[in-house]
Amino acid sequence: MPDETRDQDIIICRDVHKWFGDFQALCGISVTIKRGEVVVICGPSGSGKSTFIRTINRLEEHQRGDIIVDGIELTNDIRNIAAIRQEIGMVFQQFNLFPHLTVMNNISLAPIWVRKWPKPKAEEITMQLLERVGIPEQAHKYPGQLSGGQQQRVAIARALAMQPKIMLFDEPTSALDPEMIKEVLDVMVELAQSGITMIVVTHEMGFAREVANRIIFFDFGLIVEQNTPELFFESPEHDRTKLFLSQIL
Amino acid sequence: MGSTVETAVRPPSYSGPVEWLRRNLVGTWYDTLLTLLSLWFVFVALRGLFAWAFFSANWEPVTGSLKLFALGQYPQEDMWRPGMIVLTVSFLMGVSWRVWGGTVRTFALALAVALGVVAALPVEMRLPLRLWFVANPALVGLGYLVGWSRVVRSRWVLLGWILSFVATIILLNGFKGVSWLPKVDTAMWGGLLLTFLLALVGIVASFPIGVLLALGRRSSLPVVKVFCVLFIELVRGVPLVTILFMGSIILPLFLPDGVRIDRVLRAMMAMTLFAAAYMAENVRGGLQAIPLGQVEAAKAVGLNGLQTMALIVLPQALRAVIPAIVGQFIALFMDTTLAVIIGLVELLGVGKAILNSKPEWLLLDTEVYVFIAALFWVFTYSMSYASRRLEAALGVGER
Repeated sequence: MPDETRDQDIIICRDVHKWFGDFQALCGISVTIKRGEVVVICGPSGSGKSTFIRTINRLEEHQRGDIIVDGIELTNDIRNIAAIRQEIGMVFQQFNLFPHLTVMNNISLAPIWVRKWPKPKAEEITMQLLERVGIPEQAHKYPGQLSGGQQQRVAIARALAMQPKIMLFDEPTSALDPEMIKEVLDVMVELAQSGITMIVVTHEMGFAREVANRIIFFDFGLIVEQNTPELFFESPEHDRTKLFLSQIL
Repeated sequence: MGSTVETAVRPPSYSGPVEWLRRNLVGTWYDTLLTLLSLWFVFVALRGLFAWAFFSANWEPVTGSLKLFALGQYPQEDMWRPGMIVLTVSFLMGVSWRVWGGTVRTFALALAVALGVVAALPVEMRLPLRLWFVANPALVGLGYLVGWSRVVRSRWVLLGWILSFVATIILLNGFKGVSWLPKVDTAMWGGLLLTFLLALVGIVASFPIGVLLALGRRSSLPVVKVFCVLFIELVRGVPLVTILFMGSIILPLFLPDGVRIDRVLRAMMAMTLFAAAYMAENVRGGLQAIPLGQVEAAKAVGLNGLQTMALIVLPQALRAVIPAIVGQFIALFMDTTLAVIIGLVELLGVGKAILNSKPEWLLLDTEVYVFIAALFWVFTYSMSYASRRLEAALGVGER
């Protein structure tokens, strides 16, 4: 049935273009992501991969093409944008935790103000999420008192608190000390296995190999190649991909 | 070298006033010499000051006019109104001390002790006035006890302060034709009372206006932006004296016949607008210091524009500019003296009036102005002390 197949596609991008001034960052991205799929996006810096995932929750506005998230088209209508942002959690390279709020308040803020949950319920969920990312004892500290790895785990918990259907990760381990990368990746692996839809921009090829359903390779604002991890790593089709893999692995 | 692991010994740290004196004041022969020279200099300077203050100065214009310094020409039979207001403040200070603690404790105690000491002074004083002085520390204590009660929440205390501010204005002003609360013309308001009112209204009103102007200046709506930029730059390009004159002389010319804005109110409006323009620039500095990532994170979790501003951006921006804002409040407090030139009788105006009231006091201007300066210093220093404590409590500079 056509309806059912459409329902399985949670994100549909058709010919998405994006310019920064005269510089064209995205040159026609068309990709469809299924419910529960874990997609890793990789590519050299400046290839448009971060810009692409930021267009999905409208942190960047695309100028041509369509983006449809869970049946809602992303237009300039502020209600659509708000509805889509509630479905999407995002984790940033620089964490972007709110430094003036405790860990508890960082995480429970959006459920209280956006979902209008009563405070006790929001705080209960917050504690569950902190258990899940392994730092319940840090609930009443401020972000500045935590290590980078702990901060990024709080950021993941903050994104999860809105109970999103989709999680976007924008180079979540790139600002971390090597020792702390693993603790964040462990949380992400657990999350991937829980069945949530994930789009991860990362250079962690080990993570990609282990949990991704699909790897998309970007260059110059275009999708050069996409494939399952096995085929992507064993037999890349394009020379650009081969060159990239030879440098990164 | 050796196989033993040397455990580092932390060098002893010196403490205690005696140790400090030994190390810093008489550490070497030239330290000692400098110390002695400085002590001699301080002694000479202070001896002159003390000799003047306690023996040659004539404090009669000050001690004989304390009521004028406090309230100006506010009618004798209506003095219970400002009295009531101070009693309310004492009570609220007590409650706030218990509920908020911290710096409020220092101020509540200072208030109680100062008024308590005055109550105990062995000088001639009418009994009701002495009782009033006693009542203030008592109310601070009562407020503190009330603060123990569990129903008293932080937000109620805040509401209490706001309500008391509104009540203050109403109580001081009174109503035309109401026998028990007759109207007191603002021309009768004066002294410390007027200074406080001008500063307080200026501070309270300029803060929100300044924040709105700062936000407006960064708005993407061109009309709003242009209006805010024009307002800020126009006001900042003109001295306060000019704005006060405009408010007091030019503004009435533009108003239709029969419409009259009170003189004190015009001064308040002028000071508020002036302060708001500077406040806007201070707040804008804070807004610019907030990384874009904060706004993106707020959007990403689904907060709308208003929530992002109120919950994420403004709290951080304002916290970052507390020192600048308090500095501006202090400047505003001292700028109230400029109201003298449009004929308001605030603290400085009272001083001038007192000097002119008796021919034999004309030459005692040093005493009067020293007294006024000391009063200003006490209040401005309290403000900057509170600001430093507030910064420390909010952890400015330690992210």
